[in-house]
Amino acid sequence: MRFKQTSVLPGFGLALGYTLLYLGIIVLLPLAALVAQASGLGLSGIGAVAAEPRVVAALRTSFGLAFAAALTDGLFGGLIAWVLARYRFPGRRFLDAIVDLPFALPTAVAGIALAALYGPNGWIGAILADFGIQVAFTPAGIFIALIFVALPFSVRTLQPLIAEIDQSVEEVSATLGAKRWQTIRRIIIPTLLPGVLIGFALAFARSVSEYGSVIFIAGNLPYVSEIAPVLIVIKLEEYDYPGATAIAVIMLGVAFCVLFAINLIQAWSRRRFGYA
Amino acid sequence: MPDANRPPDKISSATTESPRTRAMLIALALAFLVLFLILPVIAVFSEALRKGISVYFATFADADAQAAIRLTLLVAAIAVPLNMVFGIAAAWSIAKFEFRGKSLLITLIDLPFSISPVVSGLIYVLLFGAQGYFGPWLKAHGIEIIFALPGIVLATIFVTFPFVARELIPLMQEQGNSDEEAALTLGAGGLRVFFTITLPNVRWGLLYGVLLCNARAMGEFGAVAVVSGHIRGLTNTMPLYVEILYNEYNFVAAFAMASLLTLLAVITLAAKTLLEMRYGEALAHPPRL
Repeated sequence: MRFKQTSVLPGFGLALGYTLLYLGIIVLLPLAALVAQASGLGLSGIGAVAAEPRVVAALRTSFGLAFAAALTDGLFGGLIAWVLARYRFPGRRFLDAIVDLPFALPTAVAGIALAALYGPNGWIGAILADFGIQVAFTPAGIFIALIFVALPFSVRTLQPLIAEIDQSVEEVSATLGAKRWQTIRRIIIPTLLPGVLIGFALAFARSVSEYGSVIFIAGNLPYVSEIAPVLIVIKLEEYDYPGATAIAVIMLGVAFCVLFAINLIQAWSRRRFGYA
Repeated sequence: MPDANRPPDKISSATTESPRTRAMLIALALAFLVLFLILPVIAVFSEALRKGISVYFATFADADAQAAIRLTLLVAAIAVPLNMVFGIAAAWSIAKFEFRGKSLLITLIDLPFSISPVVSGLIYVLLFGAQGYFGPWLKAHGIEIIFALPGIVLATIFVTFPFVARELIPLMQEQGNSDEEAALTLGAGGLRVFFTITLPNVRWGLLYGVLLCNARAMGEFGAVAVVSGHIRGLTNTMPLYVEILYNEYNFVAAFAMASLLTLLAVITLAAKTLLEMRYGEALAHPPRL
């Protein structure tokens, strides 16, 4: 096969050339700098940074809370997707639009808004304080911020899949005597499973990499409420480029594993269900 | 999403939940959205107006605040058009032609979305920072990239890189080549085909992509924070200035500045929803994240 199939349309060389040039300058060259810096460190160098107690604590905080937030978003995102896709009620269009707010709202704005809400004097923080629960400046604050930023990923992954479910299948299930919850458990949930997993993976990846909305509510206490991206910034401010690079490479590695997992799930889902 | 395929509202309870369950699920979803999405927005405006409207507006009379607003507008005015031209070029080559390595190219274009904002800033510091690969050369020639406008623009371009391309590629793929081929056989030149056929066909999709690209460009925090150096009046964009005001316990000013960005987000969402409602057929399906 030749590189390009014949076409009567003009402009291929110019358009592809410009695309590759721009991609090269903006994305590939800077990423190559990261790879070069990392290979200078070697696996042992990266491992040494990864073994620093403060880095271990930050990575554990980042991954653990991202996992918990993605799980929570999976649950409530699934519920919201179901309600938006299946039910008619006044204000549905508005709620549907609102779901994308975390995409549109700058993360720093979300960060200070959540810090104000959940701070000891905030609307929600004051109520929680009465029960002896403190959210701001603790890992719970990070958890709240991550729930906020990752919610659209869960909802928007599942919503079109729920809308596409052939409802005649549910009718068949009902005529065969299945109770509604049996239909949901044995027909609907298995059908949506790949979407649930992909939504979870996307929400997890977004949560792990989040910075702006977390730093204001987290308090950034080393070993307690410090996330990995904060540690990268701290190391950069100390001109510790190798240290910052090592953490960045670990985070990138996880991000690519998640991407790869999503591709596997999509391939599996195409074989199993005929959609992706 | 077409509403014609929806089941009628009156439907036997065997294929939907009971009205009580439905009401409960709707209430639960509503409560979650109010708690996590709507309350923060209300909090921004309530905190900004806490000391009255005159204190609110006094924030914007400050020279540093005006510099931050100007810088944010400038950065978006450079980054968004560049990514728009790139998006069109990438979509033209990917959607209209068949060539080897296409899916790899699409993956590479999407790459910036899977990279943490902080890492997006870091990679430019590694290249252009004082101790970066080009640092000594840049210093010798008196060129400033990191802690200056070029670095902020580069980081912003990076984080908003895929927005236009990933909207236009599937849209142009759906539309196929037949319109353009017909125009060519009728004797139109390449540029004329592009400007009279292709561009009008994708105009709503282009607007959609540019809208999202712009919102992110003006609101980006993490990547810009790493490369900016936070020099007041010089390299502070609006989100960075929000952080500085907040850390100085100047809460009213911080939230006043944040309220402008919130307004931008709300307008973006409204315009996006309007586009989806009115021109849903002229956008890429299914809309991707």
